[in-house]
Amino acid sequence: MERLNVNPTRMMLTTLKKRLVTARRGHKLMKDKRDQLMKGFLELARENKRLREEVENSLARVYESFSVASAVMSQEVMEEALMFPKQGVDLTVSGKNIMSVDVPQFSFDTKAEDSSDIYPYGFASTSGELDAAIAGLASVLPAMLELAAKEKEAAMLAAELEKTRRRVNALEYVKIPQLEMTIKYIVMKLDENERGNQTRLMKVKDMILKEAIEEKREQTKEACG
Amino acid sequence: MYKIGVIGDRESVLGFKAVGLDVFPCDSQEEANKAFKKIAGGDFAIIYITEVFYKGMALEVAEYIDKRLPAIIPIPDKDGSLGIGMESVKKAVERAVGADILFGGDK
Repeated sequence: MERLNVNPTRMMLTTLKKRLVTARRGHKLMKDKRDQLMKGFLELARENKRLREEVENSLARVYESFSVASAVMSQEVMEEALMFPKQGVDLTVSGKNIMSVDVPQFSFDTKAEDSSDIYPYGFASTSGELDAAIAGLASVLPAMLELAAKEKEAAMLAAELEKTRRRVNALEYVKIPQLEMTIKYIVMKLDENERGNQTRLMKVKDMILKEAIEEKREQTKEACG
Repeated sequence: MYKIGVIGDRESVLGFKAVGLDVFPCDSQEEANKAFKKIAGGDFAIIYITEVFYKGMALEVAEYIDKRLPAIIPIPDKDGSLGIGMESVKKAVERAVGADILFGGDK
């Protein structure tokens, strides 16, 4: 791990220590966020899978009855019958905040009040199979909307999770070790300086003492002699 | 007020019109891409695309994947599911967790 390229001064040490504290706290928060997101996401993904299976199966059934209907009726008659829909769907989108991810939520209103009155054609020229197909489709629709909401939510959470995971890893394996390394380096450097200073002082003291003793000896010699 | 769009081949999506969705029947991949471009930025909150066409517009769809709206959802067409919808669920899991932990065990 490469240490940061900084001057080993006391001031830098204080700054780095502060940064390390921030990085540690950020790491902890990110980790908590990641764990929480993960918990929600796995549940959501399972639900998503179940819903998709359900929708795909029911759609397959609907397509089946449509193909039966189109076998009984001509393509033109069928298109004509479905040309002007009676039923309309109004979709409202609201938001939900999951761990600071703004996910959309869909709720829908159908225009026709009576669910048995959704057929946009007279019954004379169309076959009963078409009625069954459309009724089937109408009953799949809520599940399809739920699937859309869930799938979008899962995709957005996945993106957020990926980001958070990367941040956690960057802090854990790069940023924090780097800061620790640099702090250690500065502390050692400062200690080394301190020791160097200490020895220098001792040396100087020795020299001064020596000089003083020398002088004293000189004086006593003169006094005696 | 938002709308729901459906893009797909004529036979598969015709029925959706009857239940009140906005249907864009397309006969070719280019038509589908054109239709998608036309409605993607507008007031459509959900766009269902049949898997056959969805496969061919991965680039266009990728642009919207991290956006809040619209939700672009692949659906099977009249010939049955190609497994692309499931694939996108799987991809989301892989992206989030780093490994596929949901689907491998089930099979």
